Amino acid sequence: MNAALAPPPSAPTPSETPTHYLNASYGFRSWLLTLDHKRIALLYLASITLFFFIGGFYAVLVRLELVTPAGDLMSAENYNTAFTLHGVVMIFFFLIPSIPAVLGNFLIPIMIGARDLAFPKLNLLSWYIYMVGGMVAAYALFTGGVDTGWTLYAPYSSTYSNSNVTATAIAAFITGFSSILTGLNFVVTIHKMRAPGLTWFRLPLFVWAHYATSVIQVLGTPVLAITLVLLILERSFGFGFFDPARGGDPVLFQHLFWFYSHPAVYIMILPSMGVISELVTCFSRKKVFGYGFIAMSSVAIAVLGFLVWGHHMFVSGQSVYAGMVFSILSFMVGIPSAIKVFNWTATMYKGSISYSTPMIYAFGFIGLFTIGGLTGLFLANLGLDIHLHDTYFVVAHFHYIMVGGAVMGYLGGIHYWWPKMTGRLYPEGWARFSALVLFVGFNLTFFPQFLLGYMGMPRRYHAYPEEFQVLNVMSSAGASILGVGYLIPMIYLFWSMRYGRLAPENPWGAKGLEWTTPSPPTTFNFDETPVVTEEAYEYVKEEKH
Amino acid sequence: MHDRTDPHPPATHWGGGVSPVGTGWRKLMMWWFIITDGLLFAGFLAAYGFLRLAAGSWPERAQMFHLEFIALMTFTLITSSATMATAVGAAQLGNRKLALRFLLLTLLGGTAFLLMQAYEWSTLITAGATLTQNPWGPPAFGACFFLITGFHGTHVLTGLIILAITAVRTARGITQAEGIEMAGLYWHFVDLVWVFIFTLFYLV
Repeated sequence: MNAALAPPPSAPTPSETPTHYLNASYGFRSWLLTLDHKRIALLYLASITLFFFIGGFYAVLVRLELVTPAGDLMSAENYNTAFTLHGVVMIFFFLIPSIPAVLGNFLIPIMIGARDLAFPKLNLLSWYIYMVGGMVAAYALFTGGVDTGWTLYAPYSSTYSNSNVTATAIAAFITGFSSILTGLNFVVTIHKMRAPGLTWFRLPLFVWAHYATSVIQVLGTPVLAITLVLLILERSFGFGFFDPARGGDPVLFQHLFWFYSHPAVYIMILPSMGVISELVTCFSRKKVFGYGFIAMSSVAIAVLGFLVWGHHMFVSGQSVYAGMVFSILSFMVGIPSAIKVFNWTATMYKGSISYSTPMIYAFGFIGLFTIGGLTGLFLANLGLDIHLHDTYFVVAHFHYIMVGGAVMGYLGGIHYWWPKMTGRLYPEGWARFSALVLFVGFNLTFFPQFLLGYMGMPRRYHAYPEEFQVLNVMSSAGASILGVGYLIPMIYLFWSMRYGRLAPENPWGAKGLEWTTPSPPTTFNFDETPVVTEEAYEYVKEEKH
Repeated sequence: MHDRTDPHPPATHWGGGVSPVGTGWRKLMMWWFIITDGLLFAGFLAAYGFLRLAAGSWPERAQMFHLEFIALMTFTLITSSATMATAVGAAQLGNRKLALRFLLLTLLGGTAFLLMQAYEWSTLITAGATLTQNPWGPPAFGACFFLITGFHGTHVLTGLIILAITAVRTARGITQAEGIEMAGLYWHFVDLVWVFIFTLFYLV
């Protein structure tokens, strides 16, 4: 990990290299005890990348098993463990922290003209909490894993499963507090540390998206924490919360779990939407269309997100009337989401679009998120959901949102701000190529799963009838392409940290305070607190040559 | 942990304004912390409500509790909120001695509450209630009761520690009015949560 974080050796002589946050100090201590939000962001970057590849490894196992109809590569129990660990690691240790903890940490203070977050020590503490949670997860993983699915549904998790449920729940519990602390820090920072003149409606949309995300983290994560506490107490000490024999109710677990875990979906996607808003306006050279609508739709998604958890439980035996209300509210989430998509496309309309790598990711995001969002409406439909519930249709739907949406946005953002973070440019040709590989690989992996789900293939089985094999082989082939698509950026981004061309202050000609600082920025970002006098995204459209 | 050689301690250069909600960043953090802590209790109490509604029968309160004693506990805690408010008011007027005196009274009230709760618990345990059983009905009641009142008691204990530290620092003149106010916010929050617990466990 440390090798990845070592600052790139500077060009000619030390006297010619300006001091910035990467070369201000050296050594383990200067990283592990740092209070600099930018260094903490890089610590997160290294750790979540590690977890991404661990989670990816389990995805490989799942896709390998599903190449053939017979359950021949591993036993049913091992297959359960593989898809559970894929879910747990990807959701709690990659997707939830990904954009907020890396890009948000790095950029929010700079974007609002502050020297750091409001609580730098809390920020470092949240990374340590995340790492402790990660180690407990690693312990659970190496001592047999867990086989309940990432949703840890009771009573299987609380009574029957012999796998490492307790350790996994403790890991998710601990990591939750890292998420809460990050959320608290962001909310207070965005409220209080904005530079003079930077009013709420001059904030970059990236910051708005993170504000909405942080509110969800602050409000939702405590409920997940108590859910996991109840689960651990019932499993370890025999308390009766979910077991009817002891006066409990297993449906309670689902209510509490989804009260957090549905909003958690928006924790994963909202920051990505914030990134896309930045990319679309920058590479269209046009002021963003409908700034207020995009900002407020983030807030609307955060609010509505708390009112739709019951749509995961249409077949759990909850009242039909409750189901109808949850169904209507779930359809309503489509409105702010569509507002965003329409505004992004309207921003591009008659813009001066350049097909740089981040913009290719943004195109990918918009297309895939639209498919993911529209198939979500199928699932919000009470009647149709009875057919589609727990099939591969659901799996495909949420991968279009989580991978096609969140991960595309994350990679787009990493590319866009890479010159700012490292002071180096990445090789553009390779980057465009890998973005295309990812797009093709992604669709080949997950589109067949929509068809499989519609045809009735249930999720979470290691064997399936032979008529499903063609589509499953397509999906596994796509997953291999997807894997290559992730490895290429890993290689050239690492390469560029040392050998990439030096980046200028503002390589994209973008607006925003972060592009007024040197690349990479100095430890305290700004020598003097900037004063903001113009609206966000005041791009002047260039004539095409 | 902060690097001593660093000439610019982070986040002090531009401390932010007090718009839009008229609070500094420390106090705003306390508010948001209280919100997130409140959600922990909300989750617990919602789970309790769900289980109680789902259960066929629920123990009769009059058999288990001495409501007069619980009322006295509640009265003690709410009185300590009043003394806390007085301490904050005195601190804002710059009367450090008075603020200190009322901080100590608050500490006294909180300690009395905790002792009464310990007595209440021991009575129930003697009668046979534990985390996994309940002589009056569904075992889930025992789990909910001890977990939630215990979680609240832990918050009271934390509040007492914060108040003790605040009192010592006030006596030495380190803590200013804003610090006492922040400790007060937390203390009022703990009391407010008790009102919900009192209502949901003892009254309804």
